[in-house]
Amino acid sequence: MDMFLSQMLNGLQLGSIYALVALGYTMVYGIILLLNFAHGDIIMVGAYVSWLVMAQLGLSPVVAVLLSVAACTLVGVLIDKVAYAPLRNAPRLSILITAIGVSYFLENGAQLVFGADAKRVPAFTDLQTIQLGGLSLSFPAVATVLVTIVATVALTLLVQKSKLGKAMRAVSEDMGAARLMGINVNSTISFTFAVGSALAGIGAVLYAMAYTQASPTMGMMLGTKAFVAAVLGGIGSIPGAVVGGLIVGFAEMVVTALGLSVWKDAVVFLLLIIVLVVRPTGIFGRTMSEKV
Amino acid sequence: MTEKRPIISAGGRGQGAPDARRTLPMPVRYAINAVLVLVILVVGELMIDGGAITRYQSTVLEQVGIYIILAVSLNIATGYLGQLPLGHAGFMSVGAYGCSIFVIHMSEALGVGARDFVTGTPVTAALVLGGLIVGGICAAVAGLIIGIPALRLKGDYLAIITLAFAEIIRVVMLNIDGVLGIELTGGAAGLTGIPSYSSFLLVFGCVALVCFLTHTMMKSRHGRAILAIRDNEIAAEATGVNTTYYKTLAFVVSAFFAGVAGGLYAGCIGVLQPAYFGFMKSIEILVMVVLGGMGSMLGSALSATVLTILPEALRAFSEYRMIAYAVVLILVMIFRPQGLLGSYDFSLSRVIERVMNRDFPWTRRAARADAGKEVGDDGR
Amino acid sequence: MADRKRHRPVLVQVETPNLIPERDLGTIPVLQAEHLGIDFGGLTAVDDFNIAMGRTEISGLIGPNGAGKTTIFNLLTNVYQPTRGTVLVDGYDTAGKSVAEVNRMGIARTFQNIRLFSKMTVEENVLVGFGNTMRTHLIADMLRLPSHWRQEAEYRERALELLDIFDMRRYADTLAGNLPYGAQRRLEILRALATGPKVLLLDEPAAGMNPAETEELMENILKIRDELQIAILLIEHDMSLVMGVCEVVGVLDYGKIIAKGTPEQIQNDPRVIEAYLGKQEVR
Repeated sequence: MDMFLSQMLNGLQLGSIYALVALGYTMVYGIILLLNFAHGDIIMVGAYVSWLVMAQLGLSPVVAVLLSVAACTLVGVLIDKVAYAPLRNAPRLSILITAIGVSYFLENGAQLVFGADAKRVPAFTDLQTIQLGGLSLSFPAVATVLVTIVATVALTLLVQKSKLGKAMRAVSEDMGAARLMGINVNSTISFTFAVGSALAGIGAVLYAMAYTQASPTMGMMLGTKAFVAAVLGGIGSIPGAVVGGLIVGFAEMVVTALGLSVWKDAVVFLLLIIVLVVRPTGIFGRTMSEKV
Repeated sequence: MTEKRPIISAGGRGQGAPDARRTLPMPVRYAINAVLVLVILVVGELMIDGGAITRYQSTVLEQVGIYIILAVSLNIATGYLGQLPLGHAGFMSVGAYGCSIFVIHMSEALGVGARDFVTGTPVTAALVLGGLIVGGICAAVAGLIIGIPALRLKGDYLAIITLAFAEIIRVVMLNIDGVLGIELTGGAAGLTGIPSYSSFLLVFGCVALVCFLTHTMMKSRHGRAILAIRDNEIAAEATGVNTTYYKTLAFVVSAFFAGVAGGLYAGCIGVLQPAYFGFMKSIEILVMVVLGGMGSMLGSALSATVLTILPEALRAFSEYRMIAYAVVLILVMIFRPQGLLGSYDFSLSRVIERVMNRDFPWTRRAARADAGKEVGDDGR
Repeated sequence: MADRKRHRPVLVQVETPNLIPERDLGTIPVLQAEHLGIDFGGLTAVDDFNIAMGRTEISGLIGPNGAGKTTIFNLLTNVYQPTRGTVLVDGYDTAGKSVAEVNRMGIARTFQNIRLFSKMTVEENVLVGFGNTMRTHLIADMLRLPSHWRQEAEYRERALELLDIFDMRRYADTLAGNLPYGAQRRLEILRALATGPKVLLLDEPAAGMNPAETEELMENILKIRDELQIAILLIEHDMSLVMGVCEVVGVLDYGKIIAKGTPEQIQNDPRVIEAYLGKQEVR
């Protein structure tokens, strides 16, 4: 029973991280229809910042968390300004290839600066387990789940209620019309990138807390799976991203628990293919068809 | 249906118009290109035999040829069909494993030794050709399996689903032995004992053949249907193009050639490891196509050549190579999204025809002025 | 082609006031729609649309913007799957067919917003349309067997002949995207004709044309009908064109046919006047 509970919690923890990253994919895709390949690598940036601050500079974990999130936000906005903004009216294929280029750049840049081998991120807190009514639960797992719930609720409120959120939804519906209505499209897109990247930064801290590692290519597989999660749930949908993230996390947990961990990547991707074939817009996705 | 058509233009192309260009008949065009290819093959082979090209250099040349095939074949799906598959290395790996497993097991069964492949006998020639075809067919089947679900999706979804398939292929190659209980792919340790059957002649013979077949396919009703889908899918459908069939066709042909390239790669390197055929390899091939110009065969071939030779020449800077790739990719997309050559394709016959017609760049301006007048007359 | 054999002709007795026996080759309408309709979500975009077109009839579809005219074209060509009703092309049901199959059954169309293969030449655009009747195998094409050369030569000649209809032979080697606007509209019609249709659907063929060009287009529409012996259904806002070439005109408003008849009848129909003027009031 204890074993089962802790496995469930593991799945929930992994799923929550995927969900946080998937939210970033979904937001960016929702607003400029770009599959931001570099999003996963932003997590890598966050993890390295945590490592730098704690292991190299010896500063407190709180500073590490703040700086990681700040760095991710900055990098995300910068990427948009430098690489994507000039291509706003270019064919989708060009922007997609640019995104791949940015991802490639971040990974190889990190490899150049920090070396190819993984760095060990120190523990953020000494508290490793918490007792809850006789159950002993892993603290990073509980923290991850709680933070994800708070972040998702905050994001939903932001998008639904705030003025900026309304601007975001307007731009995502029709960029031209939004511009005519006096919405500053460029700053709205920047804001979207900032929010998405900040979520990735939170994801980076939680990932580093759980797996205590930072490596140049860590963002690729994590990012790809989070993207799978976003597509599974229906890209552009906030609840979809969360549900998709949890599905991917649980699928991996189940495959690992069955002793087939070498196949877990294949299972996740197979899941994606099946969902896309059966329901090409994902679980919560809206169908979009070209006007003839 | 031509009898009673009252309004027929006076003049126009090929009707005794003053601009009757001298053109080369088709057989002559093909003969010129065939001779050119033969000359390159023979000269290259002679230089290798004579020692003007070292063993190391000829291995690099073989890799150049393999990457040309990969880039040209990816260009079919990217440049001509207008889709963005991100799993080309997956097809390459299927072809590489298919071809080498076939060659290894068949030569065991026939009692052909590894040395026979170096000297070359009719049996080994048949084995290698058979292996390349088997590799191509394996990859084509993989392309078909991937293409059927993937091509129902558009743009980004297609990209991500092909990426997913390539990753699945990689995981399968890594772990299949444990499931089957026999040694097939060698898992992470790799497949060894592949005879080194690739040679300059074989690789560049394949390059010539792949380029020829790609060219002839694209300049036929099949190629036109593929290009029509790229330009406007809805209109193509309304014009009677079976879009599903032609998308799958382009995908399968692209995969087939990638499989052949994989087979050649196996015979060139001698060891296959799943890790080699990861996402990064797919991206590397994509960079070649994008840089050269999507839809330009010459562009793909040229950038494949440069991007294969350059890292070899600049081994000292190998750390910076990847980052340079990335920067170049971004800069090209921002400043020249159509690639360095756009969709321009070189045609030797066209050059010869220009010379025959004395149509040189420096005489062009006068001709254009005339043409402008003509358009002005009937411009509506 | 094989598909066509699988379907037995469905003969439906319909009222076709415009079937002229001495002119029309068959007794069944070449294009027939019965109770055709589609809903988008809860909204009924087209409802109870009926049409029966004679072999060489030219009909027009008019109506205010947003009345559902283009939607009807999309329903007839299976771009949208109808919610209700049937479409018969020459007696064969198009239900469940792909857009390309419907084209091969005999419906070709043009688009309101021009959709050419802009990076291909004018000649190639037409050749794509001929693609369905070309028969060489992929292998024959790839190996450049004699059958490839024979067929290419034959169809290139046919493409040039088709271009002659609109006097466009001189543009054969021009990229379609570089053509002037009017020529692009004409090329779309030629590309549609290359598919060998029995019915040609023209979506606002005169859009953006000046009166002289429209005049020429009218002549050409009649010429296409007379020479190729096909039926033409067109959507148009230019009343001079509709009144000039159409034998029957249907007026569409809010997805429904509100009036149908000869151009003269339509012009004097109070419901039509109301539909157009009523729209102005709302604005």
